[in-house]
Amino acid sequence: MLTFLAKRLGQSILILFGVTLITFCLSFLMPADPVRMIAGRSATQATVESIRKQLGLDQPLPVQYVKYLGRLVQGDLGRSYKQKTQVRELIMSRLPATLLLMVGTIFFELLIGLPAGIYAATKRGSPTDTWIMALSFAGVSIPQFVLGLLLLYVFANMIPIFPLGGYGSLKHLVLPALTLGISGGGWYSRMIRSSMVDVLRQDFIRTARAKGLTERAVVLVHALRNAILPVVAMVGLDIGIFMAGAVVVESVYGWPGIGQLAWQAIQMVDIPIIMGVTLVAAIGIVLGNLLADLIMPFVDPRVYLR
Amino acid sequence: MKKALLFAVVLCLAVSLGALTPVEAQKIKQGGTMVVTYKDDISTLDPAIGYDWQNWSMIKSLFNGLMDYKAGTYKLEPDLAESFTISPDGKIYTFKIRKDVKFHNGRKLTAEDIKYSIDRAVNPKTQSPGQGFFGSIKGFDDMVAGKTTELSGMTVVDPYTLRIELSRPDATFLHVMAINFAFAVPKEEVEKWGADFGKHPVGTGAFKMQEWKLGQRVVYVRNHDYYKPGLPRLDKIIFEVGVEPTVALLRLQRGQVDILGDGIPPARFLQVKNDPKNADLIIEGGQLHTGYVSMNVRMKPFDNVKVRQAVNMAINKKRICKIINNRAIPANQPLPPAMPGYDKNYKGYPYNPQKAKALLAEAGYANGFTTELYANNTDPNPRIAQAIQQDLAGIGIKANLKTLAQSAVITAGGEPDQAPMIWSGGMAWIADFPDPSNFYGPILGCGGAVKGGWNWSWYCNKDLEAKATKADAMSDPAKASQRTELWRSIFIDIMKDAPWAPIFNEQRFTMRALRLGGPDAIFVDPVHIPVNYEYVYAKDAQ
Repeated sequence: MLTFLAKRLGQSILILFGVTLITFCLSFLMPADPVRMIAGRSATQATVESIRKQLGLDQPLPVQYVKYLGRLVQGDLGRSYKQKTQVRELIMSRLPATLLLMVGTIFFELLIGLPAGIYAATKRGSPTDTWIMALSFAGVSIPQFVLGLLLLYVFANMIPIFPLGGYGSLKHLVLPALTLGISGGGWYSRMIRSSMVDVLRQDFIRTARAKGLTERAVVLVHALRNAILPVVAMVGLDIGIFMAGAVVVESVYGWPGIGQLAWQAIQMVDIPIIMGVTLVAAIGIVLGNLLADLIMPFVDPRVYLR
Repeated sequence: MKKALLFAVVLCLAVSLGALTPVEAQKIKQGGTMVVTYKDDISTLDPAIGYDWQNWSMIKSLFNGLMDYKAGTYKLEPDLAESFTISPDGKIYTFKIRKDVKFHNGRKLTAEDIKYSIDRAVNPKTQSPGQGFFGSIKGFDDMVAGKTTELSGMTVVDPYTLRIELSRPDATFLHVMAINFAFAVPKEEVEKWGADFGKHPVGTGAFKMQEWKLGQRVVYVRNHDYYKPGLPRLDKIIFEVGVEPTVALLRLQRGQVDILGDGIPPARFLQVKNDPKNADLIIEGGQLHTGYVSMNVRMKPFDNVKVRQAVNMAINKKRICKIINNRAIPANQPLPPAMPGYDKNYKGYPYNPQKAKALLAEAGYANGFTTELYANNTDPNPRIAQAIQQDLAGIGIKANLKTLAQSAVITAGGEPDQAPMIWSGGMAWIADFPDPSNFYGPILGCGGAVKGGWNWSWYCNKDLEAKATKADAMSDPAKASQRTELWRSIFIDIMKDAPWAPIFNEQRFTMRALRLGGPDAIFVDPVHIPVNYEYVYAKDAQ
């Protein structure tokens, strides 16, 4: 277990290093000059060059990268070009909302996806199965801004049960998490269905049925425990994905998550923020996967960590 | 009932007074709260740094400068200055400073603070995008080069007198003293917060900042020590950020929001505007904006003036205005109608595809040519660019569209040989101050025709440059109309060379909740977008 952890953490650091390198190079490949964006339209050539020099953007790319890494090791993500605020502060201020939305989303994904998938698997080939799969397909395919605006219009404007966007209470969380949960739930239901269908064909299921267990016990205890592994891995991935924020849903609902920050930063070529958010997302994905790997042996003892 | 009647009388009186004198101090009670929504974060409230349309006006209600504009107008008037004198040669300005002004931290403002603030904006370490505006103050070049840390032209004569010496007469200097970059900041607070001053702004303005929750909201409360009697009228302004304009509109209709900071969402514009319920809520006004197609005069075939004139005649501007629901009026010259120097009698190039074709043939392009049109990729700009593309196709010019992010278009325009044509929408010029020179230097003058500059047509006419320099030196107020006339002729001469095809002047539409009061002029205040925060009042506080 410990050797596994040590090995994985070592790998993670390499991955994160690679991510910073790639993001750094990509942000400088953008066909836009960040200094121009800071200096604005009225700046003279002298102002532009002086800003470039002060930010160290006049130096060769490798030098800039090494300097960035040097600050990063000390926990300094730099200051935003546009907002002039510490990137760390900007990200930390949006982290609680991002984490909350992530938890809410995964809750709805599982709440919708698991029962639907399990039920479809037990009714394989029936019209119910077809319907559930069609609905899950619709859930996956519907654009998030359409679904988001629709839910908002119906449940916050026509029937004002929930607030019209914003952040602060659990009531604010329901609609954005549900919007993301519906599309994620679609994936989960399809995944659990196919995994369940495989498991229900196995010999031990026949044995369980033969020894007289109820169908309910067979499906929910024996089959589910074996079919759930891919879901655990998927939740691990989701944690990482939602750490980078959910740009569309965040902007529809005015949810102050990391996605909005990243989107605005890309528009303004605010490289320190872009770097910071990418790094946080990468850390999220690495940690999410690690968490999934650590949980798996408890769910299925056949899995060993090496 | 009595109260209601009294209220009605006061209101009628206020309205009628308002009609006579735009924004005179009426007997309006202070109090109440207003909620303004924005989609994007507020970037910084440091007056030396903030330079986008969103924080521009927010900064104006936290800080003050020597000069300001009369609310709802373009008329300059002294603000922190009590009075000023100009030497006969137009090079020395002496400002007498008000003695009753206090910063939000309680300290009294003196001439030293104003000197410090302007020095700070020019100091390269501040990285102010407004540095260039102060170019006429003596000692500017030395300071920009890092040789000094103070402008030699500024002298504190006594605690309430500031003398500013210019290196050349500058007719726009008083406007520069009204621009955000010249606003007074207290040295002790700037030094205390360092680079974070923009998040902890302390000024002399009508409001002070109470709370800033990153990514969520900024809250202003009334500055009870404000030196202008009766102002501001509201007790509190809450700026909510991260609010999608469509959602903001729904919330306004439910009474949760008072001002749509980003305006009426374009997709809902007609529906909202044509709804009789909204008749009293939407206020229309002009702004100092021109949307244009720039043609790079250094790239073939736009180096030929006939080609550029042909493009001017090929574009159906009325149709383009229609595409954006008539939120703009067709333009025929660089200056917008509200700008001094605008020529009402100038007819411009008429829409005439036949004549345009003939001009192309004369230029040797009877079969047209292929070129590129750059445009910003946010709605409605791609649609406008497509309309221009179709019009150009009508005379045989095949323009391939390059719709890119704003920053990429700006960068392409700043290269001498990259973008043959640019549609300026989404990044177009809105004047920093109401003076025609602001529409020349950076975007049509030789100074802007440099790598990384904003003169995307790379037009540089030495004769006009000399005239422009002459006009900007005419700082004697008695010569103001002569100067305006000179600028008028410069812009009409530019149109002869046609480096631009001016398309339209955007109109402003402010939507407010019914509970907000104040003359219409302050809801489309030319200097304040979306509204003049100081003068808006809450009807429910009356």
